[in-house]
Amino acid sequence: MPNSILRLENLRKKFGGVVAVDDLNLVFNKGEVTALIGPNGAGKTTVFNLITGFVKPTAGTILFKDIRLNHKKPHAIAALGIGRTFQNVQVFSNMTVLENVMVGRHLRSRNGMLMSAFLPPMLRREENRIRASAQERLVLLGLDRYAHLPAGSLPLGNQRMLEIARALALEPTLLFLDEPASGLNARETMAMGELIHKIKSMNITVILVEHDMELVMDISDRVAVINFGRLIAQGTPKEVQLNPDVINAYLGT
Amino acid sequence: MKIKDYVGIGIVMAAVAVAPKLVGNEYYLGVLIFAALNCLTCTGLCLLMGYAGQISIGHGAFIAVGAYTSAVLTTKLGWSPWTAMGCGVILAAGIAVFMGLPTMRLKGHYLAMATLGFASIIHIVAVAAVDVTGGPSGITGIPRLQLFGFVLNSDTRNFYFYWGIVVAGLLLAVNLIHSRVGRGLQAIHGSEDAAASLGVNIAVDKIKVLVLSAVYASISGSLYAHYVLFIDPGPFDVMHSVLLVTMVAVGGLHNIWGAFSGALLLSLLPEGLSFLSEYLQTFDIRYRTDYDTLIYGGILLLIMLFLPEGLFEGLSRLLKTVFSLRRKWGGGLARHAE
Ligand SMILES: Nc1ncnc2c1ncn2[C@@H]1O[C@H](COP(=O)(O)OP(=O)(O)O)[C@@H](O)[C@H]1O
Ligand SMILES: [Mg+2]
Repeated sequence: MPNSILRLENLRKKFGGVVAVDDLNLVFNKGEVTALIGPNGAGKTTVFNLITGFVKPTAGTILFKDIRLNHKKPHAIAALGIGRTFQNVQVFSNMTVLENVMVGRHLRSRNGMLMSAFLPPMLRREENRIRASAQERLVLLGLDRYAHLPAGSLPLGNQRMLEIARALALEPTLLFLDEPASGLNARETMAMGELIHKIKSMNITVILVEHDMELVMDISDRVAVINFGRLIAQGTPKEVQLNPDVINAYLGT
Repeated sequence: MKIKDYVGIGIVMAAVAVAPKLVGNEYYLGVLIFAALNCLTCTGLCLLMGYAGQISIGHGAFIAVGAYTSAVLTTKLGWSPWTAMGCGVILAAGIAVFMGLPTMRLKGHYLAMATLGFASIIHIVAVAAVDVTGGPSGITGIPRLQLFGFVLNSDTRNFYFYWGIVVAGLLLAVNLIHSRVGRGLQAIHGSEDAAASLGVNIAVDKIKVLVLSAVYASISGSLYAHYVLFIDPGPFDVMHSVLLVTMVAVGGLHNIWGAFSGALLLSLLPEGLSFLSEYLQTFDIRYRTDYDTLIYGGILLLIMLFLPEGLFEGLSRLLKTVFSLRRKWGGGLARHAE
């Protein structure tokens, strides 16, 4: 019996009149890759935003291990070891690729404004450590040769990789990937699949939203399907594929 | 990147060391001292606008807070200029926190509006609170600064001291930019959501950088008061705040050297252009207008039209293209021979 890392209990989110997430109950297992799928507008990104603190729930509870996340700010949730990427990539295009990943080490040091401004020699060793571990992530994702390019100059596929490198620099135990393969070509999508396998082998629990079903079936341990903010099916990739409700939701009959 | 910045500071220091010998004339030394004050304010403003991406169109108000605190405490209560300057810094920082708390939680340009309002209020208070600020006639008899028993009573002494402070301000800013805190600020500018998702406390960091930039401005204001020895509300109107934003934008928002060169250029340009009016008179153009202001505006317009990333980055990009073109020409044959 695998143990759970995250539970959503009667989670609900209303935007004005739109119920984006409707009484959602879901349990995510530690160490597994779970895919959250569903048609456009089903509420998948909203679920991610709720868990990572970017939107506040209307009702219900989000429990990470034993910690209630409901009223926590995004930065406090990151501090618990929860990382994420964004559906519309959000690299820091004003910074280099390496600096982007160095921001991912933000929580691994505590030095404030005065220390940084007045005593930079005291921080040199720590800066070197930050740079080295950021560099490590770039190597892991095959981005090291772009380290000193402006992040905005990378093609979309590499920007998605960079977002993941940055989130990994946080050393998360739980990682959310919102459509990591969208906009990628076949070769890049395959590389993304391998990367997600690699992340799983690093003992990181992965929850992803993805429309590429081949990729989903290949990498997921479990699949949860939502439509109009409600859970309509969950199980192994095989089980979900054969579920008539799921087929209905996708074909819109 | 980092090394370039320290080289830049070295160049500024060398220029500062030789400038009084080259300039000689007291009047132009004074112009350079005013330029130093603008460079100091714009360095802080650049951290706020260029690095953290938060716009203040009322930064002149923080200068006024520093200047008036120094003037009032030294003339009315007889406090030492340094204590008064410290009080100005604390007051400016407090006001920055007060303004930052409500506005920095929100996305969008609420800070710009709040600071603009603050600038108009400060100007009105300076004019109206006659008992404290002296009203339109201002405060006279502000003492000179003293440093280890040296009175800063000559323009050369003032020049070195004020530019020394600019260099220190630049050094601190550069250190900050290349630190965890500086990267956090740049990340906020790049994407607030992504920054927050990596653990950057965006509301708190934005307030901190606003405070820092207010401190730069306040010190610049105190130094202004102790240089001119007389202050009135005139220089602290909203237009001065707009000028500061223009300096940062013309030089280039996203680079501390951009803001610095913008401040320097726009401080010196009016002096450089002042000969124009006389020159035009010799051509018998009698129509009385501020030709220098006209040209000044024209130069700003050209820079923003053709070098939208600012003078500094724009020019360095131009230089790079020229050099790489020359290398292509020069290296073309060699490559073919390979
Ligand atoms: N910040 C928001 N404000 C208002 N409505 C929103 C917001 N975010 C999402 N929605 C609405 O919630 C619904 C679910 O959106 P979303 O979670 O983005 O779906 P998905 O990611 O599954 O495509 C949509 O109807 C969308 O318009
Ligand atoms: Mg989505």
